[in-house]
Amino acid sequence: MLLRAAPYGVLILLLVPLLGGLLGTLLPAFGYLPALGGDHFSLAPWRQLLAWPGLGKALGLSLWTGLAATLLSFLLAQFALAMLVASPWLRRLTLLTAPIIAIPHAAIAVGLLFLLSPSGWILRLLSPGITGFQRPPDWLIIGDAWGLSLILGLVIKELPYLLFMSLAALSQLPAERSLMVARSLGQTRLSAWFRAILPQLYPHLRLPLMAVLAFSLSVVDMALILGPNTPSTLAVQVLRWFSDPDLDFRYLASAGASLLTLVMLTSLAIWLLAERLVRHLGGGFLAWGVHRPRPWGRWLERASAIPAWVAVLLGMMALVPLAVWSLARRWRFPDALPSRWSLARWQQQAEALGEAWVNTLVLAAVACGISLVLVLASLEKEARFGRRLPRRGTELLKYLPLIVPQASFLFGFQVMALSLGLANSGLGRWGLVVWAHLLYVLPYSFIALTLAYQRFDPRLVQTAQSLGQGPWRIFWRIKLPLLSPAIWAALGIGVAVSVTQYLPTLLLGGGRIETLAVETVGRAAGGDRRVLAVFALCQAVLPFVALLLAGLIPRLQFWNRRGVWS
Amino acid sequence: MNELRVSIERLALGEQTLVEGLEFRVAGGQVLSLMGPSGSGKSSILAFVAGFLDPAFHVSGAVTLNGKDITALPPEERHMSLLFQDPLLFAHMSVGQNLRFGMPRALSRQEKAQRVGDALAAADLGGFDDRDPARLSGGQKARIALLRALLSEPKALLLDEPFSKLDSHLRQSFRAFVRHRAKQANLPLILVTHDQHDAAALGGACLAIGPVQS
Repeated sequence: MLLRAAPYGVLILLLVPLLGGLLGTLLPAFGYLPALGGDHFSLAPWRQLLAWPGLGKALGLSLWTGLAATLLSFLLAQFALAMLVASPWLRRLTLLTAPIIAIPHAAIAVGLLFLLSPSGWILRLLSPGITGFQRPPDWLIIGDAWGLSLILGLVIKELPYLLFMSLAALSQLPAERSLMVARSLGQTRLSAWFRAILPQLYPHLRLPLMAVLAFSLSVVDMALILGPNTPSTLAVQVLRWFSDPDLDFRYLASAGASLLTLVMLTSLAIWLLAERLVRHLGGGFLAWGVHRPRPWGRWLERASAIPAWVAVLLGMMALVPLAVWSLARRWRFPDALPSRWSLARWQQQAEALGEAWVNTLVLAAVACGISLVLVLASLEKEARFGRRLPRRGTELLKYLPLIVPQASFLFGFQVMALSLGLANSGLGRWGLVVWAHLLYVLPYSFIALTLAYQRFDPRLVQTAQSLGQGPWRIFWRIKLPLLSPAIWAALGIGVAVSVTQYLPTLLLGGGRIETLAVETVGRAAGGDRRVLAVFALCQAVLPFVALLLAGLIPRLQFWNRRGVWS
Repeated sequence: MNELRVSIERLALGEQTLVEGLEFRVAGGQVLSLMGPSGSGKSSILAFVAGFLDPAFHVSGAVTLNGKDITALPPEERHMSLLFQDPLLFAHMSVGQNLRFGMPRALSRQEKAQRVGDALAAADLGGFDDRDPARLSGGQKARIALLRALLSEPKALLLDEPFSKLDSHLRQSFRAFVRHRAKQANLPLILVTHDQHDAAALGGACLAIGPVQS
């Protein structure tokens, strides 16, 4: 009975906050918020929003950073793939990108702050020898008005993700052979990639690209750390209004969040339009034929994978100053390394750090546990009884939380929860935060487990049945152990996803549940780099360790059963 | 004395009738080979007997074991052991755990160990109890799969192309092994194959399954 209900439970769990959240954003945007006395509809919040002097700039900045980061990540990933597919360097690059996918945005952002700011590690390494600086220059690198450092941060995080998704899709395409054929017809690598492979690959990348676009447009944690604040991006501004002690700002915040949804839809339309345009104009490009590359063209081609390498290496390098700063006691400007080291910050922050660790781990464990049960139940139900719900629709619904920008429904979700009185008790807040984490942990658990479950050899089940075993015994004694590599992977990914969540934890926890993500972003505004480094480092290390363990545990558990994991 | 009776009035996939008016009985120690080209429905007959027929198929007919109609029983209550062309050993269990998996729970631990030990020894696999199935040869895996089926005390053996993935040398010895064991256990055996040599080597009757003309 319960098993049959599981897929519906999953959909309800995902759609209630999403739809309720959208509604809870939209209604206050039109003046309706009974909890605060707004009991009639009006356009006042919108008028207030339009009257805000920074609106044009904030809006433009959101659009620009979101679209630029998405396009750049996509292009850099494709150039890198074009040059590296079927070469040993591809493995090396993906090896480097794996940790970056796992490390939370906030931690990467803090690392970049430490790396690139005027007093950052790169300028320290170059000073005074090359630059001659004795003190940090008065440059605005981090938080520049054009949002370039934010774009860089986003590209560093999203490029590995798109690379990973591309490789997953490529494994189902005859890419290497197509490339060989095209090259034997006289096409260069780049030309062959963009003419012969990418058109086949692109349909598989559309959904991940939408996710990247939605994320980049509404990112808050990274924008708080790397983005400009004169004004900030719209998402950050909405969060500011929303957290204003004057509750009347909620109306303005809701109007802003609704506008952000509109911006997301607009940029989606822009993207799809551009896609059309490229396809329309691309026909001629595809059949251009072969031309002999000029010598400089050849060099240019070879260089085209370099930006991706730079982005990935910057991402990896960003982790080093995190560790160094967390142990620094005295680190004067042009020095490459601290002159004195100490564990003082770790000891001093032990209490706050301990609490953040415990909260983070408890949240991750509960969210991952619940989502594992739900995902396994749904998949087992599907395997035993077939599916009731149509495939295409529900697949998309499951991944909807990944595509809808956080900022456009999380505020409303919180408003809804407040109105229903769910957020009044500590337990209620915890429940809500877990629920909010599930929105992201569940879809990723599905991604990690669905394929493994569907590929599970049905004859193994039949064999066990013909040996006289019932369905539950087969589930516990055959399926679960044999699927353990995928199950542990789902748990590891779930932990990594949960540890990243800043906005859901902050909003639904009412700012009272301090996790590593909340602490890291919260302390980025404060002065002490050493303290910031301590928290950011912990946030970076945790998902990494989780994924490492997830890979290791099934191998240890079944060390003498090679067939399970190979 | 075990006896398996199967009668199928009609077995169809969608509009297409695969089998019509088929009846056969196999007594303990006897072999019946179902032969036919792929897509003829011979594997579907086996699935029907074992209780695994995909709901996409429509079938009217009955399976009777020792006079008892078992058509409506779930597969795990039919006591029919099914072997596929792959040995399908459970990778997370040792050889011994695989063998114990289907044994009656009422048996004591010593009893189980005794039977497993005897079965392994008789199959020239003495001392394999703790082995990792992933590290066995193809022939060893095939023999373990058959032993696993036999140790679950089935009332009939159903084999679906069990020899097709073995090389010719192994195939011969495994055929002999199967024939010997099935006879010894006095089980009705149904073999599905497209290879006449398989059928000939196991002896017994042969039924050709062909496309139904309509």
